[in-house]
Amino acid sequence: MGLAKRVIPCLDVTAGRVVKGINFVGLRDAGDPVEIARRYDDQGADELTFLDITASSDGRDLILHIIEDVASQVFIPLTVGGGVRAVEDVRRLLNAGADKVSINTSAVHNPQLIADAAARYGAQCIVVAVDAKRVAGDTLRWEVFTHGGRKATGLDALEWGRKMQALGAGEILLTSMDRDGTRNGFDLELTRAFSEALDIPVIASGGVGNLDHLVDGILKGRADAVLAASIFHYGEHTVRQAKEHMARHGIEVRI
Amino acid sequence: MIDVAVIDYGMGNLRSVSKAIEHVAPQLKVAVTGDPEVVMRAARVVFPGQGAMPDCMREMQARGLREAVIAAARSKPFLGICIGLQMLFDRSEEGDVAGLGLLPGKVLRFPAAAMVDARGEKLKVPHMGWNEVHQAMPHPLWEGIAPGSRFYFVHSYFPVPADPQLIAGYSLYPFSFSCAAARDNIFAVQFHPEKSHAAGLRLLANFVAWQPAAAEIGPASSAGRPRSPAL
Repeated sequence: MGLAKRVIPCLDVTAGRVVKGINFVGLRDAGDPVEIARRYDDQGADELTFLDITASSDGRDLILHIIEDVASQVFIPLTVGGGVRAVEDVRRLLNAGADKVSINTSAVHNPQLIADAAARYGAQCIVVAVDAKRVAGDTLRWEVFTHGGRKATGLDALEWGRKMQALGAGEILLTSMDRDGTRNGFDLELTRAFSEALDIPVIASGGVGNLDHLVDGILKGRADAVLAASIFHYGEHTVRQAKEHMARHGIEVRI
Repeated sequence: MIDVAVIDYGMGNLRSVSKAIEHVAPQLKVAVTGDPEVVMRAARVVFPGQGAMPDCMREMQARGLREAVIAAARSKPFLGICIGLQMLFDRSEEGDVAGLGLLPGKVLRFPAAAMVDARGEKLKVPHMGWNEVHQAMPHPLWEGIAPGSRFYFVHSYFPVPADPQLIAGYSLYPFSFSCAAARDNIFAVQFHPEKSHAAGLRLLANFVAWQPAAAEIGPASSAGRPRSPAL
Protein backbone atom coordinates (compact mmCIF):
# COMPACT_ATOMS: atom_id res chain seq x y z
CA MET A 1 0.00 0.00 0.00
CA GLY A 2 1.25 3.47 -0.79
CA LEU A 3 0.01 7.01 -1.12
CA ALA A 4 -3.65 7.55 -0.23
CA LYS A 5 -6.04 9.54 -2.39
CA ARG A 6 -7.06 12.64 -0.46
CA VAL A 7 -10.51 13.91 0.52
CA ILE A 8 -10.52 17.68 1.05
CA PRO A 9 -13.54 19.52 2.43
CA CYS A 10 -13.67 23.09 1.14
CA LEU A 11 -14.87 25.99 3.24
CA ASP A 12 -15.91 29.14 1.38
CA VAL A 13 -15.46 31.92 3.90
CA THR A 14 -16.79 35.48 3.89
CA ALA A 15 -17.16 37.94 6.75
CA GLY A 16 -15.90 35.26 9.15
CA ARG A 17 -18.55 32.67 8.25
CA VAL A 18 -18.60 29.59 6.03
CA VAL A 19 -21.04 29.95 3.14
CA LYS A 20 -21.98 27.91 0.09
CA GLY A 21 -23.27 29.24 -3.21
CA ILE A 22 -24.70 27.72 -6.37
CA ASN A 23 -22.75 28.51 -9.56
CA PHE A 24 -20.87 31.14 -7.55
CA VAL A 25 -24.02 33.12 -6.63
CA GLY A 26 -26.78 32.80 -4.04
CA LEU A 27 -24.88 32.28 -0.78
CA ARG A 28 -26.21 30.25 2.19
CA ASP A 29 -24.72 30.37 5.67
CA ALA A 30 -23.15 27.06 6.71
CA GLY A 31 -21.55 27.92 10.05
CA ASP A 32 -18.50 28.86 12.09
CA PRO A 33 -15.23 28.06 10.29
CA VAL A 34 -13.26 26.89 13.34
CA GLU A 35 -16.07 24.63 14.50
CA ILE A 36 -16.49 23.16 11.01
CA ALA A 37 -12.73 22.67 10.60
CA ARG A 38 -12.55 20.74 13.87
CA ARG A 39 -15.47 18.55 12.89
CA TYR A 40 -13.88 17.60 9.56
CA ASP A 41 -10.56 16.97 11.28
CA ASP A 42 -12.31 14.57 13.69
CA GLN A 43 -13.96 12.82 10.74
CA GLY A 44 -10.58 12.16 9.10
CA ALA A 45 -10.28 14.93 6.50
CA ASP A 46 -6.86 14.75 4.80
CA GLU A 47 -6.55 18.51 4.33
CA LEU A 48 -8.77 21.56 4.56
CA THR A 49 -9.13 24.28 1.96
CA PHE A 50 -10.39 27.74 2.87
CA LEU A 51 -11.43 30.04 0.06
CA ASP A 52 -11.84 33.65 1.12
CA ILE A 53 -14.62 34.89 -1.15
CA THR A 54 -14.75 38.34 0.46
CA ALA A 55 -15.08 40.68 -2.49
CA SER A 56 -13.57 43.81 -0.94
CA SER A 57 -10.26 44.14 0.80
CA ASP A 58 -12.03 45.45 3.96
CA GLY A 59 -12.85 42.05 5.42
CA ARG A 60 -9.68 40.43 4.13
CA ASP A 61 -7.81 40.29 7.42
CA LEU A 62 -10.58 38.24 9.04
CA ILE A 63 -9.30 35.15 7.27
CA LEU A 64 -5.90 35.55 8.98
CA HIS A 65 -7.50 35.29 12.41
CA ILE A 66 -9.56 32.29 11.34
CA ILE A 67 -6.47 30.50 10.04
CA GLU A 68 -4.57 31.30 13.24
CA ASP A 69 -7.39 29.80 15.32
CA VAL A 70 -7.71 26.70 13.15
CA ALA A 71 -3.94 26.13 12.93
CA SER A 72 -3.56 26.00 16.71
CA GLN A 73 -6.22 23.28 17.02
CA VAL A 74 -6.12 21.26 13.82
CA PHE A 75 -2.91 19.46 12.79
CA ILE A 76 -3.49 18.60 9.15
CA PRO A 77 -2.50 20.65 6.08
CA LEU A 78 -4.44 23.89 5.53
CA THR A 79 -4.73 25.62 2.16
CA VAL A 80 -5.98 29.18 1.87
CA GLY A 81 -7.00 30.98 -1.29
CA GLY A 82 -8.75 34.15 -2.36
CA GLY A 83 -7.39 37.64 -2.79
CA VAL A 84 -3.72 36.61 -2.97
CA ARG A 85 -2.05 39.26 -5.12
CA ALA A 86 1.58 39.45 -4.07
CA VAL A 87 4.37 37.43 -2.48
CA GLU A 88 3.69 39.48 0.65
CA ASP A 89 0.13 38.04 0.81
CA VAL A 90 1.61 34.53 0.60
CA ARG A 91 3.93 35.33 3.49
CA ARG A 92 1.12 36.64 5.70
CA LEU A 93 -1.03 33.56 5.11
CA LEU A 94 1.84 31.16 5.78
CA ASN A 95 2.72 33.06 8.94
CA ALA A 96 -0.89 32.80 10.10
CA GLY A 97 -0.63 29.02 9.85
CA ALA A 98 -1.53 28.12 6.25
CA ASP A 99 0.58 25.35 4.73
CA LYS A 100 -0.33 26.11 1.13
CA VAL A 101 -1.66 29.17 -0.64
CA SER A 102 -4.00 28.94 -3.60
CA ILE A 103 -3.71 31.57 -6.31
CA ASN A 104 -6.14 32.10 -9.17
CA THR A 105 -6.92 35.54 -10.64
CA SER A 106 -3.54 37.02 -9.78
CA ALA A 107 -1.71 34.20 -11.57
CA VAL A 108 -3.49 35.22 -14.77
CA HIS A 109 -2.66 38.91 -14.32
CA ASN A 110 0.89 38.22 -13.25
CA PRO A 111 2.22 34.69 -13.92
CA GLN A 112 5.59 35.75 -12.49
CA LEU A 113 3.92 35.78 -9.06
CA ILE A 114 3.83 31.96 -9.20
CA ALA A 115 7.53 31.77 -10.04
CA ASP A 116 8.44 34.31 -7.34
CA ALA A 117 6.31 32.71 -4.63
CA ALA A 118 7.55 29.19 -5.46
CA ALA A 119 11.16 30.37 -5.46
CA ARG A 120 10.70 32.06 -2.09
CA TYR A 121 8.57 29.50 -0.22
CA GLY A 122 8.90 26.33 -2.27
CA ALA A 123 6.65 24.75 -4.89
CA GLN A 124 5.07 22.57 -2.20
CA CYS A 125 3.06 25.50 -0.84
CA ILE A 126 1.93 27.07 -4.12
CA VAL A 127 -1.39 25.79 -5.43
CA VAL A 128 -2.73 27.29 -8.64
CA ALA A 129 -6.52 27.31 -8.78
CA VAL A 130 -7.83 26.92 -12.32
CA ASP A 131 -11.51 27.71 -12.94
CA ALA A 132 -12.23 26.10 -16.30
CA LYS A 133 -15.32 26.26 -18.50
CA ARG A 134 -16.02 24.24 -21.62
CA VAL A 135 -15.66 26.12 -24.88
CA ALA A 136 -19.08 26.04 -26.56
CA GLY A 137 -19.24 23.64 -29.50
CA ASP A 138 -15.84 22.15 -28.72
CA THR A 139 -16.10 19.05 -26.57
CA LEU A 140 -12.54 18.79 -25.30
CA ARG A 141 -11.43 22.38 -24.83
CA TRP A 142 -11.79 24.51 -21.75
CA GLU A 143 -11.17 28.20 -21.09
CA VAL A 144 -9.76 29.75 -17.92
CA PHE A 145 -12.04 32.13 -15.99
CA THR A 146 -11.10 34.52 -13.18
CA HIS A 147 -12.84 36.70 -10.58
CA GLY A 148 -14.79 33.79 -9.12
CA GLY A 149 -15.92 32.64 -12.53
CA ARG A 150 -17.12 35.97 -13.89
CA LYS A 151 -14.37 36.93 -16.35
CA ALA A 152 -13.26 34.99 -19.39
CA THR A 153 -9.53 35.14 -20.14
CA GLY A 154 -9.26 33.54 -23.57
CA LEU A 155 -6.61 31.18 -22.15
CA ASP A 156 -6.74 27.48 -22.99
CA ALA A 157 -7.02 25.75 -19.61
CA LEU A 158 -4.71 22.81 -20.36
CA GLU A 159 -1.99 25.01 -21.80
CA TRP A 160 -2.36 27.26 -18.78
CA GLY A 161 -1.96 24.30 -16.43
CA ARG A 162 1.26 23.27 -18.17
CA LYS A 163 2.59 26.82 -17.93
CA MET A 164 1.79 26.99 -14.20
CA GLN A 165 3.57 23.69 -13.61
CA ALA A 166 6.62 24.97 -15.48
CA LEU A 167 6.66 28.18 -13.40
CA GLY A 168 6.69 26.25 -10.14
CA ALA A 169 3.14 25.40 -9.04
CA GLY A 170 3.19 22.37 -6.73
CA GLU A 171 -0.42 21.40 -7.27
CA ILE A 172 -3.49 22.35 -9.33
CA LEU A 173 -6.94 22.92 -7.81
CA LEU A 174 -9.13 22.33 -10.85
CA THR A 175 -12.73 23.57 -10.71
CA SER A 176 -15.27 23.01 -13.46
CA MET A 177 -17.34 26.19 -13.80
CA ASP A 178 -19.98 24.20 -15.66
CA ARG A 179 -20.43 21.78 -12.77
CA ASP A 180 -19.75 23.87 -9.66
CA GLY A 181 -22.82 23.92 -7.43
CA THR A 182 -24.87 21.68 -9.74
CA ARG A 183 -24.39 18.42 -7.78
CA ASN A 184 -24.11 16.56 -11.11
CA GLY A 185 -20.56 15.31 -10.50
CA PHE A 186 -17.11 16.44 -11.63
CA ASP A 187 -16.34 17.21 -15.26
CA LEU A 188 -14.43 13.92 -15.60
CA GLU A 189 -13.02 14.66 -19.05
CA LEU A 190 -11.55 17.90 -17.79
CA THR A 191 -10.12 16.22 -14.69
CA ARG A 192 -8.60 13.37 -16.67
CA ALA A 193 -7.14 15.68 -19.31
CA PHE A 194 -5.34 17.66 -16.60
CA SER A 195 -4.20 14.67 -14.60
CA GLU A 196 -2.71 12.98 -17.66
CA ALA A 197 -1.06 16.12 -18.99
CA LEU A 198 0.59 17.20 -15.73
CA ASP A 199 3.21 15.67 -13.45
CA ILE A 200 2.03 17.57 -10.36
CA PRO A 201 -1.02 16.49 -8.32
CA VAL A 202 -4.49 17.56 -9.48
CA ILE A 203 -7.39 18.19 -7.08
CA ALA A 204 -10.80 17.70 -8.71
CA SER A 205 -13.44 20.24 -7.71
CA GLY A 206 -16.90 21.40 -8.69
CA GLY A 207 -20.15 19.45 -8.84
CA VAL A 208 -20.02 16.76 -6.16
CA GLY A 209 -23.57 15.73 -5.20
CA ASN A 210 -23.06 12.19 -3.88
CA LEU A 211 -20.33 9.80 -2.81
CA ASP A 212 -20.17 8.01 -6.17
CA HIS A 213 -19.00 11.29 -7.68
CA LEU A 214 -15.92 11.17 -5.44
CA VAL A 215 -15.18 7.61 -6.62
CA ASP A 216 -15.56 8.69 -10.26
CA GLY A 217 -13.22 11.64 -9.74
CA ILE A 218 -10.45 9.26 -8.71
CA LEU A 219 -11.11 6.20 -10.90
CA LYS A 220 -12.36 7.92 -14.08
CA GLY A 221 -10.93 11.41 -13.66
CA ARG A 222 -7.65 10.06 -12.24
CA ALA A 223 -7.48 12.91 -9.76
CA ASP A 224 -5.00 12.74 -6.88
CA ALA A 225 -7.48 14.35 -4.51
CA VAL A 226 -11.16 15.27 -4.47
CA LEU A 227 -12.60 18.45 -3.02
CA ALA A 228 -16.21 18.94 -1.96
CA ALA A 229 -18.22 21.37 0.11
CA SER A 230 -21.99 21.07 0.32
CA ILE A 231 -22.22 17.27 0.77
CA PHE A 232 -20.25 17.71 3.99
CA HIS A 233 -21.54 21.09 5.23
CA TYR A 234 -25.17 20.12 5.55
CA GLY A 235 -24.51 16.83 7.28
CA GLU A 236 -25.57 14.61 4.37
CA HIS A 237 -22.34 12.67 4.63
CA THR A 238 -19.34 12.66 6.92
CA VAL A 239 -15.82 12.64 5.55
CA ARG A 240 -15.43 9.17 7.06
CA GLN A 241 -18.47 7.86 5.16
CA ALA A 242 -16.98 9.29 1.97
CA LYS A 243 -13.69 7.49 2.57
CA GLU A 244 -15.35 4.21 3.50
CA HIS A 245 -17.35 4.42 0.27
CA MET A 246 -14.18 5.08 -1.73
CA ALA A 247 -12.37 2.19 0.00
CA ARG A 248 -15.21 -0.18 -0.98
CA HIS A 249 -14.47 0.78 -4.58
CA GLY A 250 -10.83 -0.20 -4.22
CA ILE A 251 -9.45 3.30 -3.67
CA GLU A 252 -6.62 3.61 -1.16
CA VAL A 253 -7.62 6.13 1.50
CA ARG A 254 -6.46 7.05 5.00
CA ILE A 255 -9.09 5.82 7.45
CA MET B 1 16.48 28.28 29.29
CA ILE B 2 14.73 27.19 26.11
CA ASP B 3 13.47 23.60 26.13
CA VAL B 4 12.96 23.26 22.39
CA ALA B 5 14.56 25.48 19.76
CA VAL B 6 12.97 25.38 16.31
CA ILE B 7 15.68 26.63 13.99
CA ASP B 8 14.55 29.52 11.78
CA TYR B 9 16.70 30.40 8.79
CA GLY B 10 13.99 32.27 6.92
CA MET B 11 12.72 29.38 4.81
CA GLY B 12 8.99 28.91 5.02
CA ASN B 13 6.43 28.46 7.70
CA LEU B 14 7.64 27.34 11.12
CA ARG B 15 4.50 28.26 12.99
CA SER B 16 3.00 24.82 12.31
CA VAL B 17 6.00 23.12 13.90
CA SER B 18 6.08 25.27 17.02
CA LYS B 19 2.28 25.15 17.46
CA ALA B 20 2.24 21.37 17.28
CA ILE B 21 5.02 21.07 19.87
CA GLU B 22 3.28 23.56 22.15
CA HIS B 23 0.11 21.51 21.77
CA VAL B 24 1.74 18.25 22.94
CA ALA B 25 3.96 19.89 25.57
CA PRO B 26 2.28 23.06 26.88
CA GLN B 27 4.67 23.11 29.88
CA LEU B 28 7.76 23.55 27.68
CA LYS B 29 9.35 26.75 26.46
CA VAL B 30 9.45 26.55 22.67
CA ALA B 31 11.35 29.17 20.68
CA VAL B 32 11.42 29.70 16.93
CA THR B 33 14.88 31.19 16.62
CA GLY B 34 17.59 32.17 14.18
CA ASP B 35 20.04 33.02 16.97
CA PRO B 36 22.97 30.53 17.13
CA GLU B 37 23.42 31.26 20.85
CA VAL B 38 19.84 30.23 21.64
CA VAL B 39 20.27 27.06 19.58
CA MET B 40 23.49 26.23 21.43
CA ARG B 41 21.82 26.59 24.82
CA ALA B 42 18.51 24.85 24.06
CA ALA B 43 17.89 21.43 25.61
CA ARG B 44 16.67 19.99 22.31
CA VAL B 45 16.53 21.16 18.73
CA VAL B 46 14.12 20.82 15.81
CA PHE B 47 15.59 21.45 12.37
CA PRO B 48 12.78 21.95 9.83
CA GLY B 49 12.96 23.08 6.24
CA GLN B 50 10.84 23.94 3.25
CA GLY B 51 11.59 24.87 -0.30
CA ALA B 52 14.74 24.04 -2.22
CA MET B 53 17.73 22.55 -0.43
CA PRO B 54 20.36 24.84 -2.07
CA ASP B 55 18.43 27.89 -0.79
CA CYS B 56 18.09 26.33 2.66
CA MET B 57 21.83 25.60 2.86
CA ARG B 58 22.71 29.10 1.68
CA GLU B 59 20.34 30.86 4.09
CA MET B 60 21.46 28.74 7.03
CA GLN B 61 25.10 29.59 6.37
CA ALA B 62 24.39 33.26 5.69
CA ARG B 63 22.71 33.51 9.09
CA GLY B 64 25.67 31.95 10.87
CA LEU B 65 23.69 28.88 11.95
CA ARG B 66 25.81 26.14 10.40
CA GLU B 67 28.10 25.55 13.40
CA ALA B 68 25.21 25.69 15.87
CA VAL B 69 23.26 23.10 13.88
CA ILE B 70 26.27 20.79 13.65
CA ALA B 71 27.00 21.15 17.37
CA ALA B 72 23.36 20.45 18.26
CA ALA B 73 23.23 17.39 16.00
CA ARG B 74 26.27 16.02 17.83
CA SER B 75 25.16 16.70 21.36
CA LYS B 76 21.42 16.79 22.11
CA PRO B 77 18.06 15.37 21.05
CA PHE B 78 17.78 16.55 17.46
CA LEU B 79 14.80 16.19 15.11
CA GLY B 80 15.18 16.93 11.40
CA ILE B 81 12.01 17.46 9.34
CA CYS B 82 11.75 17.36 5.52
CA ILE B 83 14.59 19.49 4.07
CA GLY B 84 15.94 19.42 7.64
CA LEU B 85 16.48 15.69 7.14
CA GLN B 86 17.92 16.10 3.65
CA MET B 87 20.48 18.69 4.80
CA LEU B 88 22.00 16.20 7.27
CA PHE B 89 23.35 14.04 4.42
CA ASP B 90 26.52 14.49 2.35
CA ARG B 91 25.04 15.71 -0.90
CA SER B 92 21.78 16.40 -2.77
CA GLU B 93 20.93 16.01 -6.41
CA GLU B 94 18.82 19.17 -6.01
CA GLY B 95 21.15 21.84 -7.34
CA ASP B 96 24.05 19.37 -6.80
CA VAL B 97 24.75 20.93 -3.45
CA ALA B 98 26.72 19.65 -0.45
CA GLY B 99 24.84 19.00 2.77
CA LEU B 100 26.15 19.06 6.32
CA GLY B 101 27.70 15.58 6.11
CA LEU B 102 26.37 14.54 9.52
CA LEU B 103 24.89 11.34 8.08
CA PRO B 104 26.57 9.43 5.22
CA GLY B 105 24.49 9.28 2.08
CA LYS B 106 22.89 11.33 -0.66
CA VAL B 107 19.53 12.82 -1.61
CA LEU B 108 17.98 11.95 -4.99
CA ARG B 109 14.96 13.08 -7.02
CA PHE B 110 12.09 10.67 -7.68
CA PRO B 111 13.13 9.38 -11.15
CA ALA B 112 10.46 10.18 -13.77
CA ALA B 113 10.91 6.81 -15.48
CA ALA B 114 10.04 4.86 -12.32
CA MET B 115 6.93 6.85 -11.36
CA VAL B 116 4.24 4.35 -12.39
CA ASP B 117 1.95 2.42 -10.04
CA ALA B 118 0.99 -1.29 -10.17
CA ARG B 119 -1.89 -0.46 -12.55
CA GLY B 120 0.45 1.36 -14.93
CA GLU B 121 -0.84 4.82 -13.96
CA LYS B 122 1.46 7.80 -13.62
CA LEU B 123 2.51 8.79 -10.10
CA LYS B 124 2.85 12.52 -9.45
CA VAL B 125 5.87 14.40 -8.17
CA PRO B 126 5.90 16.00 -5.62
CA HIS B 127 4.93 12.95 -3.57
CA MET B 128 2.11 14.75 -1.78
CA GLY B 129 -0.30 13.33 0.77
CA TRP B 130 -0.63 10.58 3.36
CA ASN B 131 1.56 7.51 2.98
CA GLU B 132 2.21 4.51 5.20
CA VAL B 133 5.38 4.66 7.25
CA HIS B 134 6.94 1.29 8.00
CA GLN B 135 9.22 1.16 11.02
CA ALA B 136 12.61 -0.36 10.23
CA MET B 137 13.89 -0.41 13.81
CA PRO B 138 12.53 -0.08 17.31
CA HIS B 139 13.06 3.49 18.49
CA PRO B 140 11.72 5.64 21.35
CA LEU B 141 10.25 8.05 18.76
CA TRP B 142 8.06 5.27 17.31
CA GLU B 143 6.61 4.41 20.70
CA GLY B 144 2.81 4.18 20.66
CA ILE B 145 2.68 4.60 16.87
CA ALA B 146 1.26 1.60 15.02
CA PRO B 147 3.53 0.19 12.30
CA GLY B 148 2.27 1.38 8.93
CA SER B 149 0.60 4.51 10.33
CA ARG B 150 0.06 7.20 7.71
CA PHE B 151 1.97 10.50 7.82
CA TYR B 152 1.72 13.58 5.59
CA PHE B 153 4.44 13.99 2.94
CA VAL B 154 5.24 16.69 0.44
CA HIS B 155 8.59 16.36 -1.33
CA SER B 156 10.27 15.62 -4.66
CA TYR B 157 13.61 14.35 -3.28
CA PHE B 158 14.33 11.50 -0.87
CA PRO B 159 17.39 10.38 1.15
CA VAL B 160 19.53 7.35 0.34
CA PRO B 161 21.57 6.60 3.49
CA ALA B 162 24.94 4.98 2.72
CA ASP B 163 24.61 2.81 5.82
CA PRO B 164 21.40 0.70 5.98
CA GLN B 165 21.63 0.80 9.78
CA LEU B 166 20.62 4.47 9.63
CA ILE B 167 17.21 3.61 8.16
CA ALA B 168 14.54 4.03 10.83
CA GLY B 169 11.55 3.95 8.50
CA TYR B 170 10.57 3.52 4.89
CA SER B 171 7.62 4.14 2.56
CA LEU B 172 6.62 2.97 -0.93
CA TYR B 173 6.27 5.40 -3.86
CA PRO B 174 6.29 3.17 -5.86
CA PHE B 175 9.65 1.74 -4.74
CA SER B 176 10.82 1.61 -1.14
CA PHE B 177 12.58 4.78 0.02
CA SER B 178 13.91 5.84 3.41
CA CYS B 179 11.56 8.28 5.11
CA ALA B 180 13.19 8.27 8.55
CA ALA B 181 16.83 8.11 9.61
CA ALA B 182 18.24 7.71 13.10
CA ARG B 183 21.60 7.59 14.78
CA ASP B 184 22.55 8.35 18.38
CA ASN B 185 20.74 11.55 19.34
CA ILE B 186 19.54 12.31 15.79
CA PHE B 187 16.12 11.37 14.45
CA ALA B 188 15.08 12.79 11.10
CA VAL B 189 11.94 12.35 9.04
CA GLN B 190 11.00 13.18 5.47
CA PHE B 191 7.31 13.55 6.37
CA HIS B 192 5.71 16.34 8.41
CA PRO B 193 4.79 15.17 11.93
CA GLU B 194 3.37 18.63 12.68
CA LYS B 195 0.75 18.03 9.94
CA SER B 196 0.14 14.34 10.55
CA HIS B 197 -2.73 14.40 13.01
CA ALA B 198 -2.59 11.96 15.95
CA ALA B 199 0.40 9.90 14.74
CA GLY B 200 2.43 13.05 14.08
CA LEU B 201 1.57 14.60 17.44
CA ARG B 202 2.58 11.36 19.15
CA LEU B 203 5.96 11.42 17.40
CA LEU B 204 6.52 15.01 18.58
CA ALA B 205 5.46 14.07 22.12
CA ASN B 206 7.94 11.18 22.00
CA PHE B 207 10.64 13.57 20.82
CA VAL B 208 10.22 16.06 23.65
CA ALA B 209 10.30 13.17 26.15
CA TRP B 210 13.27 11.41 24.50
CA GLN B 211 16.39 10.95 26.60
CA PRO B 212 19.02 9.39 24.35
CA ALA B 213 21.32 7.21 26.43
CA ALA B 214 24.60 8.93 27.38
CA ALA B 215 26.52 6.42 25.27
CA GLU B 216 24.47 7.47 22.26
CA ILE B 217 25.59 11.06 22.42
CA GLY B 218 28.35 11.74 19.92
CA PRO B 219 32.00 12.22 21.04
CA ALA B 220 32.21 15.88 20.01
CA SER B 221 29.91 16.99 22.80
CA SER B 222 30.83 14.60 25.60
CA ALA B 223 34.48 15.60 25.19
CA GLY B 224 33.59 19.18 25.94
CA ARG B 225 31.29 18.46 28.84
CA PRO B 226 32.75 18.96 32.33
CA ARG B 227 32.95 15.74 34.31
CA SER B 228 31.53 15.60 37.77
CA PRO B 229 34.39 15.75 40.28
CA ALA B 230 32.35 13.68 42.74
CA LEU B 231 32.77 10.60 40.56
